[in-house]
Amino acid sequence: MDNGCFSSPKRDFPAGLRVLVVDDDPTWLKILEKMLKKCNYEVTTCCLARHALSLLRERKDGYDIVISDVNMPDMDGFKLLEHVGLEMDLPVIMMSVDGETSKVMKGVQHGACDYLLKPIRMKELRNIWQHVFRKKIHEAKEFESFESIHLMRNGSELSDDGNLFAVEDVTSSKKRKDADSKHDDKECLDPSSTKKARVVWSVDLHQKFVKAVNQIGFDKVGPKKILDLMNVPWLTRENVASHLQKYRLYLSRIQKENDQRSSSSGMKHSDFPSKDMGSFGFQNSVIKQQNDVAIDNYNHSDGSLQLQNVETKSHEADPKGIVSQSTIAKKGRILTGNIADTNMRESLRVGLNQTFPPLESEGNHAVFDCSMPTPYSWTEVPHMQLKEEHKSLVYLEDSFNQLPLHGKQQQHIHVDQSQSVASISSAPSITEEEAAACIEPKPLFADYNNDYASSVSSTGNAVATFPIQPGSLIMNGQSSERISTTTSGLKTQEYNNLSSISDQEIYQRNLLGCEAASASLDEDLHFYWLEGECYNNMNFGLQNIGMSEYYDPGLISEAPIHLYDSADYSVMDQGLFIA
Amino acid sequence: MDRNQSRRQVAAMKQSLFDQGLLDEQFIQLEELQDDANPNFVEEIVTLHYRDSSRLISSIEQALKERNPLDFNKLDTLMHQFKGSSSSIGAKKVKTECNLFREYCRAGNAEGCMRSFQQLKREYAALRKKLEAYFQLARQAGPQETACRSK
Repeated sequence: MDNGCFSSPKRDFPAGLRVLVVDDDPTWLKILEKMLKKCNYEVTTCCLARHALSLLRERKDGYDIVISDVNMPDMDGFKLLEHVGLEMDLPVIMMSVDGETSKVMKGVQHGACDYLLKPIRMKELRNIWQHVFRKKIHEAKEFESFESIHLMRNGSELSDDGNLFAVEDVTSSKKRKDADSKHDDKECLDPSSTKKARVVWSVDLHQKFVKAVNQIGFDKVGPKKILDLMNVPWLTRENVASHLQKYRLYLSRIQKENDQRSSSSGMKHSDFPSKDMGSFGFQNSVIKQQNDVAIDNYNHSDGSLQLQNVETKSHEADPKGIVSQSTIAKKGRILTGNIADTNMRESLRVGLNQTFPPLESEGNHAVFDCSMPTPYSWTEVPHMQLKEEHKSLVYLEDSFNQLPLHGKQQQHIHVDQSQSVASISSAPSITEEEAAACIEPKPLFADYNNDYASSVSSTGNAVATFPIQPGSLIMNGQSSERISTTTSGLKTQEYNNLSSISDQEIYQRNLLGCEAASASLDEDLHFYWLEGECYNNMNFGLQNIGMSEYYDPGLISEAPIHLYDSADYSVMDQGLFIA
Repeated sequence: MDRNQSRRQVAAMKQSLFDQGLLDEQFIQLEELQDDANPNFVEEIVTLHYRDSSRLISSIEQALKERNPLDFNKLDTLMHQFKGSSSSIGAKKVKTECNLFREYCRAGNAEGCMRSFQQLKREYAALRKKLEAYFQLARQAGPQETACRSK
């Protein structure tokens, strides 16, 4: 299999698109196979979801797109959707004979890029290549925009953290990161804009970063301060900013996982609201919204299109709506912390930067749904996940593990990595049966929790929100600008779409007290999404497994402001630092 | 002449299936997929469908026997699969009956389910019979051009 990159039509794209069809109905499987072949696609059929997953895992770059039925006996289609999004980050199209809005909504939430109703017509299949192409385009764009921003940024190196430009920087850098990871992963798209100033966050670098963050204090942390402390001459504020974002996401994700884990079989929406986190919850929900919006934006090529998508409601009968929904969903899926095996590696390679943002989005997501308060060692979460989604977890852990263990991507220090290293040390090779690895961090967290609690409590919001949503930096000026941007973006876009979010949105705005800077709104959202995506890939994905399921628009509305317990959060951070 | 006549007969039969609401557009889709690589595609698909659907019908029948109480969830799931299979060949009336059955399931109406299922079986059998006749005639008439559908 070649790289499967459709960077340009020169490859006779979309002919040869490699499609994997998963459906337990043999009749439909045959029909779809025939239809897809008629579209000149390369078709692989599969009647078992698990088999499909193994096929996908076997050949990471072996497929361009997955089409899956929703109702399958061995595995829920949405679960498969999550896995694919997490591990392989491929576009997934859901299909069902059942077109209930709730199902379609669920598909979107889980990250499906489209939802087809059976009977499926050939013309619907003819256009599935757009999802693949769109993704590639996005990656390329991310990269290109980063390039230009980078140049601009150099010129404004001394600009204040709180200005719009900084926000832009963050955005672009995030884009870059995402693009980087994507590029690495898929080696697609315009090579000219790629590989420019990619920061590889080596273990050492990350350690410095973490130290700096700790030194400054979560509540006061900001890219500039961190940069100064780290004293790494070639590192840019932008790099740090995006890395910080990812880091926060990572933390929030961990937190989420822990919570999930503690709430046994995770995803309990009810848990989430019940937790009293204070502003975090709110922020998280906002972030989630942001992420969603971002995702949406991200998914669609650009600007205006994004907005449109964001505002489109999902209507079964409305293909556009569905598409936009699905794109959102797709992103959402990613956000939910999919662990992408190769992606993870790739992302890691590309740089830590990418890892964090996804966390954030994931975090939001997860936070939303799970009850955070208990300081869960993140390993615990995976453990739980393991039970639930044995394979996927293992997979994640495995891939995650691989990074540090195999030393392949030593440089890709990823917070996750360090954490996983720490937690995994006891069980270096995470096998499928391995839950032991998860156990390690737990005590660490417990300790941290205590230590941190006191110091954290004072900072309250700041700390808690910190990991949760990079964007919603109540804690420091830098973040706030991002937040404000995102918030405004959220407000205008997401808000329109999700009325349930409106309350929170308002809340958050008040909370943050930031002026919305709509200018880079899209970018921010975009950024968020990207970050999230990158992060997801990198993320140990422990949280992923259950995340998307937790996602529930309804939750948003009820999501209390308290997503994270500040204490918990700090524990997380501490745990990470320890690594 | 004969051939043409046969073909016209086949076409007429097919048209009546549509007119009676037994088949929908999906059937035409299948015909359009038929080509040199798969000259008997439609029939193959229909055969596959029969296999799957008869298995499901047996399962549903079995589930309906296990009363006190009826497992509506299970019935709904089975019927969902059956509906999916029916949609693959464009079995319009059968699909409608599936929906009715599922509604009864969701309402917890055992009587309704039983009745609906009986009706469904009748529709299913009727369609099957007609399709078999259709295919037989089609085979006799020889290879036909693929259906042209007015878009």
